[in-house]
Amino acid sequence: MKAHRIWALVSRHLYLYKRSLPRLMEVFYWPLLDLLLWGFITIYLKGYKENLPGYVTFFIGALILWDILFRSQSGISVSFLEEVWSRNLLNLFVSPLRVSEFLISTMLISIFKVIAISVVSAILALIFYSFNILSIGISLLPLVINLLIMGWAIGIVTTALILRYGQQAEILAWGLAFLFQPVSAVFYPVDVLPGFLKVIARYIPSSHVFEGMRSVIKDGRLPVNELVWAFGLNLVYLVSSIIFFNWIFKIVKIKGSLVKIGE
Amino acid sequence: MLVMDNVVVEVRDLTKVFNGVKAVDNISFDIYEGEILGLLGPNGAGKTTIIQMLLDVITPTSGRIKVFGKNLAKHREEILSRVNFSSAYVSMPHSLTISENMRFFARLYGVRGFEKKIDDLLVSFGIEGEKDRLTRTLSSGMMSRLYLAKSLLNDPRILFLDEPTASLDPDIADKTRRMLKEIRERSGLTILYTSHNMKEMEELSDRIIFINKGHLVAEGSPRDIIERFKEDDLEEVFLKIARGGS
Ligand SMILES: Nc1ncnc2c1ncn2[C@@H]1O[C@H](COP(=O)(O)OP(=O)(O)O)[C@@H](O)[C@H]1O
Ligand SMILES: [Mg+2]
Repeated sequence: MKAHRIWALVSRHLYLYKRSLPRLMEVFYWPLLDLLLWGFITIYLKGYKENLPGYVTFFIGALILWDILFRSQSGISVSFLEEVWSRNLLNLFVSPLRVSEFLISTMLISIFKVIAISVVSAILALIFYSFNILSIGISLLPLVINLLIMGWAIGIVTTALILRYGQQAEILAWGLAFLFQPVSAVFYPVDVLPGFLKVIARYIPSSHVFEGMRSVIKDGRLPVNELVWAFGLNLVYLVSSIIFFNWIFKIVKIKGSLVKIGE
Repeated sequence: MLVMDNVVVEVRDLTKVFNGVKAVDNISFDIYEGEILGLLGPNGAGKTTIIQMLLDVITPTSGRIKVFGKNLAKHREEILSRVNFSSAYVSMPHSLTISENMRFFARLYGVRGFEKKIDDLLVSFGIEGEKDRLTRTLSSGMMSRLYLAKSLLNDPRILFLDEPTASLDPDIADKTRRMLKEIRERSGLTILYTSHNMKEMEELSDRIIFINKGHLVAEGSPRDIIERFKEDDLEEVFLKIARGGS
């Protein structure tokens, strides 16, 4: 493992973002729209049920946290797609670059993206709804880290599928995370899910994160067991996703399609 | 001038099957240090597949590849850090400037003190004045010079070039060939390149490997091959082989 190769890839994306308006838009535009839309809806609903405690907080907190998962995932797959779009993949893999170094660099880039987007969202939420995400307190950190890791796992699987199936799988870069949204219990407790989905939700790290978040907002306490579940599952999924990626990479080298992606 | 004794690449019984079709069929050859070896053959002959197996981005179905005397798959990292590649079919991040791209690849190859190296390369390819220009705004001539500059960043001992002149107009293609010759004179670099341009092959190659439908059909200096097939030039040989099967 060589740090200079990881840094090479990270720097390449920093150069890219430095002057690309559409890419920077991604950081500011979507969080703004999301927050406006959902913020107004919750304010409207609050007018109906005034005594619903912490409703706005639940919603906006959930919104910001979900975005962390989504951006972490898309951060990985979009970094890969940038290489496909600029027909640069072959340049990377005829160099001594290792698959593991490539994956780590995409994770670092996703951290940058997530930090940028979260800061923007948090500031907007404070301005528009006087919602201070930091009021969740120090418990916020393990929740965020878990969402980040789950995003990596989904992002790595997505990237492997694009690697294998080419452009027809590109849509997954924006869609796959949402497959997990209903069972992540983002905006409602796991309790409202029907029986079999409740079972599935137990094995989705993000459901434990969002249960944890609600618990923190409601009574200021983060249940340790939710955290342990989230970390444990994430570890299993992240390792599995990396194994999956390596396996697909081998297949792609046999099929000779590494160079043909994007053609 | 050329001492043909030091083998840098050794290919034995190399075969690649794609979906039951043999793209490369039991090919063996050596590449000697300091030579320009041309891989010549019609479209679909298997040239790209061979080059990509030599760079470990395609896994052979069977056969053996040694580079610098070492098994390629086992010593991938070490070997790939001492070779480089360019092709008309790859590109570079187009939203980066020339110097950003060069720094990116320099870091990727772990080049020490790369700012000086980059400056020198850009000067020698005559694009130092453009270094802050976005890559997407370059003319195809400048682009091909940038690709060559990139492929020399790590002082490679072997350069693999897959149709380096394919998308260039005749004038720029000619300049590129001259640059390649110059680089070889200057640094004693070994070059393997593919083309289906016969004139280019005659002009540039010390030795040619002629392949058709995955088979090696002839090997030798351009003159040897022309004489062996009793033709006037390589083009005639090419047509004879390509039309007559292998
Ligand atoms: N990834 C692949 N999957 C299936 N067939 C392939 C693949 N790559 C190349 N081929 C086939 O292998 C043969 C050799 O291709 P290639 O090496 O690209 O030839 P050349 O570079 O000489 O034009 C062709 O018939 C081509 O269609
Ligand atoms: Mg080819």
